[in-house]
Amino acid sequence: MEAYAYARPTTLDEAVSVLAAHAKKGRRTQILAGGTDVLVQMRSVDREPRMLVDVKHIADTNRLEIGSETVFIGAAIPSAILNENQELKALLPGLIEAADLIGSTQIQGRASIGGNLCNSSPAGDTIPAIIAASGVCVIAGSGGARRVACEDFVTGVGTNVLGADELLVGLEFPTPKGRTADGYLRFIPRTEMDIAVAGAGVALTLDDGGTCTAARVAIGAVAPTALLVPAAAEALIGTTVDDEALAAAGAACTAASSPITDKRGTIEYRQKVVAVLCRRAGANARDRALAR
Amino acid sequence: MAEARDYRAIGTRPVRPDGVDKVTGRANFGADMTLPNMIHGKVLRSPHAHARIKSIDASRALRLPGVYAVISGADFPSGAEGEISGEGGGTVSDLAKNIMARDKALYHGHAVAAVAAKTAFLAESALELIDVDYEVLPPVLDVDTAMADGAPLVDEHQRTGGGQGDAPSNIAAITKFERGDPEAGFAAADVVVEGAYRVPTAHQGYIEPHACTATLDEEGRATVWCCTQGHFDVRSMTAGVLGKSVGEIKVVPSEIGGGFGGKTVIYLEPLAVKLSELTGRPVKMVMSREEVFRATGPTSASHCRVKVGAKRDGTITAATAWLAYEAGAFPGAPVGPGCMSVFAPYDLDNFRIEGFDVLVNKPKAAAYRAPGAPQSLHAMESTIDELARKLGMDPIDLRLANCADEGTHAPYGPTFPAIGIKKCLEAAKVHPNYTTPKADGTGRGIAAGFWFNIGMQSSAEVRLSEDGTVTVMEGSPDIGGSRASMCLMAAETLGVPYNIVRAHVGDTESTGFCNVTGGSRTTFATGLAVVQACEDIIAECKQRAAMTWDIDADQVDWTDGEAVPKPGVNIDVAPLSLADIAGNAGRTGGPILGRASLNAQGAGASFSVNFADVTVDRETGKVDVLNFTAIQDAGTAIHPAYVEGQMQGGAVQGLGWALNEEYIYDDNGVMENAGFLDYRVPVASDMPMIDTQIIEVPNPSHPYGVRGVGETPIVAPLAVASNAVSDALGFRISDLPLSPPSVLAAIDGHDEA
Amino acid sequence: MSKVHVVTNVNGEPREMLCEPQQSLLEVLRDELGMTGTKEGCATGDCGACSVMLNGRLVCSCLTLGVEAEDADITTIEGIAEGSQLHPVQRKFLEHAALQCGICTPGFIVATKALLDRNPNPDETTIRYWLAGNLCRCTGYDKIIRAVQDAATELAHEA
Repeated sequence: MEAYAYARPTTLDEAVSVLAAHAKKGRRTQILAGGTDVLVQMRSVDREPRMLVDVKHIADTNRLEIGSETVFIGAAIPSAILNENQELKALLPGLIEAADLIGSTQIQGRASIGGNLCNSSPAGDTIPAIIAASGVCVIAGSGGARRVACEDFVTGVGTNVLGADELLVGLEFPTPKGRTADGYLRFIPRTEMDIAVAGAGVALTLDDGGTCTAARVAIGAVAPTALLVPAAAEALIGTTVDDEALAAAGAACTAASSPITDKRGTIEYRQKVVAVLCRRAGANARDRALAR
Repeated sequence: MAEARDYRAIGTRPVRPDGVDKVTGRANFGADMTLPNMIHGKVLRSPHAHARIKSIDASRALRLPGVYAVISGADFPSGAEGEISGEGGGTVSDLAKNIMARDKALYHGHAVAAVAAKTAFLAESALELIDVDYEVLPPVLDVDTAMADGAPLVDEHQRTGGGQGDAPSNIAAITKFERGDPEAGFAAADVVVEGAYRVPTAHQGYIEPHACTATLDEEGRATVWCCTQGHFDVRSMTAGVLGKSVGEIKVVPSEIGGGFGGKTVIYLEPLAVKLSELTGRPVKMVMSREEVFRATGPTSASHCRVKVGAKRDGTITAATAWLAYEAGAFPGAPVGPGCMSVFAPYDLDNFRIEGFDVLVNKPKAAAYRAPGAPQSLHAMESTIDELARKLGMDPIDLRLANCADEGTHAPYGPTFPAIGIKKCLEAAKVHPNYTTPKADGTGRGIAAGFWFNIGMQSSAEVRLSEDGTVTVMEGSPDIGGSRASMCLMAAETLGVPYNIVRAHVGDTESTGFCNVTGGSRTTFATGLAVVQACEDIIAECKQRAAMTWDIDADQVDWTDGEAVPKPGVNIDVAPLSLADIAGNAGRTGGPILGRASLNAQGAGASFSVNFADVTVDRETGKVDVLNFTAIQDAGTAIHPAYVEGQMQGGAVQGLGWALNEEYIYDDNGVMENAGFLDYRVPVASDMPMIDTQIIEVPNPSHPYGVRGVGETPIVAPLAVASNAVSDALGFRISDLPLSPPSVLAAIDGHDEA
Repeated sequence: MSKVHVVTNVNGEPREMLCEPQQSLLEVLRDELGMTGTKEGCATGDCGACSVMLNGRLVCSCLTLGVEAEDADITTIEGIAEGSQLHPVQRKFLEHAALQCGICTPGFIVATKALLDRNPNPDETTIRYWLAGNLCRCTGYDKIIRAVQDAATELAHEA
């Protein structure tokens, strides 16, 4: 029986070379950030031994930078740290709302938005929020660094564009300017501790008159991957994001969705609720933008 | 006859004796046991809901270094006989087959084999190397299908009622109660309300998974450490399954991390003993959370139909109930108590109750807090709510017009002595949470609850130390503060301060027999034994004082913890305290101890009335509970904080069941939500504070008036939730859970209709 | 299986242990260090019974690897009291009867201390959401919330 192994690189180069070396030998590797998904999978889904590469001790994956043009969030930073950063919370409230929704206080102490993205679950809470906020994935690998738009990162249920010798370093967001704001809402049966049944993230920019000039709407848990819904954004652009526009955006989300019936909800339920969430998250984003 | 009176210790709220250990992490629970040379056992469980086991080949697993033994059904004696004592009941034979499948696996999670290995991780790895050849059979997954003609049979040998004559059936038993003429009663009614109600399978959801450690000595005598609600019952069940005598097994109870009925039966103990026997080493077995959900006792899903007729003034003229409960893979759904509870809050002249114990390919139902009553009373209390609406009556007034009282001939047989349902209803009527009108857009629901409570066997020994401190030894595992209650009753009886009394839960060889902590019996029955053992001490102390004073024992009184000469006895002596007598015991006849053993009769029925306000998000179907009020007759509250705790905990458990808890199976009978992620018990942020009001109508059969309080609290909240949601929506949703998808579907269906 | 030598700090004491890479911190605390005060209720991060502090953050020890404890500071339930002096949170749980069976209690106490260390005056909603990852099946949470509120009040007076 092969055994589990653990590596704790302290630089990106070291991490990449560990990954590359194992990939070359055909050995299974898995990147460990907060571990809140990885350990559950090791215990109850897939016990097969592997090399765990802990990326929490690398400066780049812990870098948090709020610049005038971009915001960089290292892939290993736990949600709790993001949530405690008032400047970040004020700039990207929807994204931080999403990060704050991942699990309990205990999970927050470990789980990162980078890990949430790399886990690539259809129901990952931060993914629609990251997409709405125009996040870009910064990736390191033995072939060099590359950047991928967030909406293109996840390729299917539990799969993404990362190669066996690559890791996600962090996420880069354009620093919201003027009357730009975001909002994220998900639906769960309880108040906490559940996986999203549906989720919607909305980011929008208003002009001085309150008319929407730009918008991005993304939905989660209603398709194999989180989706950017351009039709929903189009329904908001050029409006004052009133009830009618929000209803149209919600309808576009329902139309874009292709949910399944499972233990967490039915197709009909998810189709209906994703529209409700889009409307409510859109109204939150609008109110925040108006307040800026 | 006990009456409400002033007590010194009873009714106070001291810190429990085992408290410090439990807030510092020092208390030892089921999984905390370690022995030298110990190895670990794990169970292979059926991936199928219904399958014939054609062969089991463990040779690959046994070749793995560090794997010591593999067992399966063939390693256990067949033909085990006898009934199980305790709350759940059933036969040893079914218990044995539930613990380890024989020819058929009967549910997803049924134990098929077990491994002992050096580490738990290795044992789990070895499970993957056991080859089982299954012939998959069609499963039957709900009562309606199981009762239909031509349904697949869970057990080809099962006949209704256990007889031999009829054709095999999934209906294991039928229970009936009838009085008067229900048809005539309905004919005399001005209004008749009728409905069908479904309640899903729910799990007790104790936070501590089942765990045990077993070892055998050179003579083959086993010692088992485990978390259980009743170690004496573990001993007899383990002995029964293994074909041993109870004298060959000692069971030591650890602290227990919740049970709610689910730890009145056993799953692991005979496996651990058998694996220890084969390997010669101590074997520890701890279930995973997934195993707890898949393989231990949930309570029954049910389909209940209730019909109630009444006069325009609210007088009920007739009622009928048809109750079908899922037993799981073996007979024993709590449909009997469901039948006995369904009309218990009411004084009825005409009724008929039919109950069906129905086999399905799901885990065998185990006791769960007031087993069977939440399901049937959900149906009845929903029906009463509909009746109140139809009559335009306040739901409390309707219940007051029909409620049982002292002298009522209970639907299940006995005549009630003093009971508290009327006082609970009257208290609800004037409770500020009820007299305050509900807020706009909210719904309010109210319902009554009931549980019989039971007596059964208990023993206690009370020992006096030489400094006068008091040790209580008893055999009822302390799930929620019972040591404190025992100490309070001992202190009250002896007339000494609470803090000089310590209660201990002894193992099967250090204390006398006690049945399970269950049936809300512990404070009542074991408490009764403690009180009697203290009275034994008092009698002995009076003897010793009499000897000291050279008078007759009947010339001595026991007052405020001291022996004093009776009024009129002409003797000039200082009173002798418990400490004085204890300190002198060596010179007056030796150590002083009191004991009592009994089969307690006269457990007092406990009634409750609960109400709550809710909101429903009409766009998502989400229900939020805004407030909840629990009113319950405790008889006498020995430790009121723990009585309130039972009421609050039961309320939240009931609300969880009503709102989001359910077993979800796919079409093949595979359980899809075997974890706390998707079996959604309430979390702290889901719930409001739970307001409580304890009513005290003393139980005449207990010296301090104790009724059990543990189970009644879970009964009413199901219908409270249904009635409140129905009030908020303006139409009824009959089935539970009131989960967001179901509620939204009902709203949409209603809007379209 | 090759074990990893881990040097860590538990409740202020340096500890050394040998961990298999896949062992959780919970397993290591309980099985290697014999510290069984931290409990396993689910092993999937859904119940909070295994809550410990890791470098000042509240975490589920079941979702942390033992090998990750290298150079870390860990506080478990065994480190909350000072000698025989109970921490006010522990005392208030006892006084309010905020435990029945007690299996969830170590997790609740560690989580509550983490909350009050960070936020000395939390309102009821804050307390309920902070503790949402700690399941209690016995109490219905009411008395736990009251104990936390009372502990906060007492700690505020002490400060």
